[in-house]
Amino acid sequence: MSTTGARHLYVHLPFCASRCGYCDFVTVVGRDGEHERYVTALLGELELERDLLAPRLETLYLGGGTPTLIRPDELERLLASLPTADEVTIEANPETVTRDLAALLAQNRVDRVSIGAQSFHMHLLDVLERRSRPESVRRAVHRLRDAGIGNISIDLIYGIPGQEPAHLERDLAEALALEPEHVSAYELEAKPGTRFAHAHGAELVRQADAMESYFEHVVETLTGAGYRWYETANFCRRPEYAGGRDLRARHNLGYWLGHDYLGLGVGAVSTIENRRWRNAPSLARYTATLAAGERPARELEELPPPVRASERLMLGLRLDEPLALDGLEDALDEPGLDRLADAGLAVRNGGMLALTRRGRFLGGGVTARLLA
Amino acid sequence: MPMDQQLIRNFSIIAHIDHGKSTLADRILQLTETVSAREMRDQLLDSMELERERGITIKAQAVRVQWKGHELNLIDTPGHVDFTYEVSRSLQACEGALLVVDAAQGIEAQTLANAYLAIENDLEIVPVVNKIDLPQADPDAASAEVADLIGDAADNVLRISAKTGQGVDAVLDAIVERIPAPAGDPTAPPRALIFDSSYDQYRGVVAFVRVVDGVLRAREQLRAMALGTRFEAQEIGFMSPAMRPVEELQAGEVGYVVTGLKDVSELRVGDTLTGEKRPAAAPLPGYKEVKPMVFAGLFPTDSDDYPELRDALEKLKLNDAALFYEPETSQALGFGFRCGFLGLLHMEIVRERLEREFDLDLLVTAPNVAYRVKPLNEEWVEVHTPADLPDAFDEVEEPYIRASIIVPKEHVGAVMELCNDRRGKFDHLEYLSEQRVHLTYELPLGEIVLDFYDQLKSRTRGYASFDYDLAGFRAGNLARVDILVAGEPVDALSLIVHRDFAYERGKMLVEKLREEIPRQMFDVAIQAAIGARIIARETVKARRKDVLAKCYGGDITRKRKLLEKQKAGKKRMKQVGGVEVPQEAFLAVLNLNDGAKR
Repeated sequence: MSTTGARHLYVHLPFCASRCGYCDFVTVVGRDGEHERYVTALLGELELERDLLAPRLETLYLGGGTPTLIRPDELERLLASLPTADEVTIEANPETVTRDLAALLAQNRVDRVSIGAQSFHMHLLDVLERRSRPESVRRAVHRLRDAGIGNISIDLIYGIPGQEPAHLERDLAEALALEPEHVSAYELEAKPGTRFAHAHGAELVRQADAMESYFEHVVETLTGAGYRWYETANFCRRPEYAGGRDLRARHNLGYWLGHDYLGLGVGAVSTIENRRWRNAPSLARYTATLAAGERPARELEELPPPVRASERLMLGLRLDEPLALDGLEDALDEPGLDRLADAGLAVRNGGMLALTRRGRFLGGGVTARLLA
Repeated sequence: MPMDQQLIRNFSIIAHIDHGKSTLADRILQLTETVSAREMRDQLLDSMELERERGITIKAQAVRVQWKGHELNLIDTPGHVDFTYEVSRSLQACEGALLVVDAAQGIEAQTLANAYLAIENDLEIVPVVNKIDLPQADPDAASAEVADLIGDAADNVLRISAKTGQGVDAVLDAIVERIPAPAGDPTAPPRALIFDSSYDQYRGVVAFVRVVDGVLRAREQLRAMALGTRFEAQEIGFMSPAMRPVEELQAGEVGYVVTGLKDVSELRVGDTLTGEKRPAAAPLPGYKEVKPMVFAGLFPTDSDDYPELRDALEKLKLNDAALFYEPETSQALGFGFRCGFLGLLHMEIVRERLEREFDLDLLVTAPNVAYRVKPLNEEWVEVHTPADLPDAFDEVEEPYIRASIIVPKEHVGAVMELCNDRRGKFDHLEYLSEQRVHLTYELPLGEIVLDFYDQLKSRTRGYASFDYDLAGFRAGNLARVDILVAGEPVDALSLIVHRDFAYERGKMLVEKLREEIPRQMFDVAIQAAIGARIIARETVKARRKDVLAKCYGGDITRKRKLLEKQKAGKKRMKQVGGVEVPQEAFLAVLNLNDGAKR
């Protein structure tokens, strides 16, 4: 929380070439003609909310959708018009990373690219309805490196229907071979209501037991390769293997540390002090409203201090560093903590709370029991 | 003007559920113009909502009708095995009974039980075959069965359709012609049998009585002879079908007495009312206290509802003297009540009334029976909950029943197998007709309370009918099986079983519990034990992962709500030895026989 303005800015670019079955983000397929109007609308929203931002931003994050799918001239206009920040990240689908795009990003202050690789197996990419191919990930990484981008993150998904242990092993090896600075590895969630849950839900339930060990395997492989397991699903190269750099994703770290952030674009969420709002998900209404110089329709949520304290606890326990309990006392279920400590899942040390390694594997259930 | 006893007829209708007792009663009220067609409501006598819905009569009532210069009192009887004692009291108030049998179904176990009761009470039985309008009716076969049962000629069996009204006037004529008039002494000190009572929140306990001797007068001081309760008859009268106050009820008449008593337990069915001024020397025979035989723990799902549950039980008890309850504390389920019932239907009715009339969310533990036990070197005591059975004892006894089962002959084998599995002792087999067999068995009540009736129905494709009466306590080779979760005994899951079945039941229960208890953050042992000896064990393996995969700026609210929901779910679970046990697990014993070959 900051009274001097949010230091994290998120910009949502909803356009996708096609919609992946498992995705539940706000996305729009096609509509190339609308890129210009959308960028204009984003910049309009920025002007309306500029007062909420700190004079100097720590991070800027362009997420999607597929941000790199937007017309290059519009992407350039957007990047040029957004405020500068210490870390500028963009999400990219591997197949969209051309040499020109890589150059455009590098020339426009982007210094971190998160590549949605998900898997290096064709048949698993097909299950996920991804358009990329295993070789396009490698090609994208090389092109970005050639353009001078020095911080690359690779997204992997595990627990895909039909994924055998050997497939996971090879996905991890392929990703490590590209020497990324950062890896995000998520277990696939078949969110209710998605097409994917409908098509594969039963299969996922069937293989749930077999896949229990996958999370442990991911953590063991990546930590064994010199990565720091700094958040439940995120890993970064240790400083000793990275020229002393702290390669944690600073933007996301802002979320986990409970910082304020401003989100621009359809469906984007902002959290500033005791309020959180989500822009309505309709692209047409978003552009039309902003074209008229007005704020987009929003869903507002009040966040009284106890709620923010609960969230700080929930988010902070995802990290590998102990959480300072100062100010969070009321959010904490003390007897619950005692039971978890007895079970060897959590450790309290003075005013600091940390989860043990096993506690982190059970972080969801542990957190549910720690919340008052 | 005093009514001549010669013109009075008191009768009951006895029938199996759905054989048309209530419809016949309705038709009698109509035909005698006791109620006008406009006032007519189907099943008028079944006044409680639940009774109407279930199509059964729980509380007996009496209605007076006029027919050809005679006063006919129809005393309604409860139609279920749990209320046998009430039925017997109702029958004792009569000189005759209509035995109603469905023309398509023939005699059922309940028909038999009640017919025997009527015969034991020396009632004149008027056999009636009902539903002759149904296409599948076989009045000849049904008439032959009934005639055979009561030793009468088939020609004497009346054939009617209560639904259409066909033959109902002949039934009324037969009541007048065949059922004897009451023969009490109108000049003797008053004696009136209480055959039912109900509770009116403004007027207190209302007793339904049959005056046997003498006269009961309004505003007279009366006394219940067995319990000694004294009160003034604030009002007396008869039902027709509304309450009609009169100055006096004479020998032979049936009616009600408004007592002003505030507690139904002060006045018991079966007791005799007499006058304080000129009391009778001896009460009418047959009073006994009904004792609950089936017990279960009732716990509020939300422990904050405990006071509401207590108040609700107090109110229910006001018009259900057979209901028994005492506070019970379970380490697993918290504060609740140990309740005693006459039988399973009684339990089901109480539970439904608590949930429906008092809007309570209840957890009802698996029912068990009452046990008599003689602890080492101590006196006999009665135990109502398995956890209370001491580890060491000299002897233990369990209640037995005499079961009466009527079944088509092709299912006899299945019924015998079931009874043998449940420690039944074969008693008697008899062909009622070429197709239908009447079997009697002696069985431990404890083997009946869980799912015997369901099993009987499913193994005979619904054709078996079942009734029982209690046959007293008998010694049993019984043991208490305890269930331990993470090493801690869970009182609410203890059960008492025959030693021959202890291992099998214990194993089935821990297997069932392994399915019901969700995986925790550590391995959880579930054990069954007799005393210190473990007889079965299962393990719920610890979870290896439980994380919310992604959590970024746009996800936080949703993830927080997810955790809050999880948290609320945990609150509804009971903590046993650090293990979160869902409430459903405590009902595992109820479903023990699901899918198990028995």
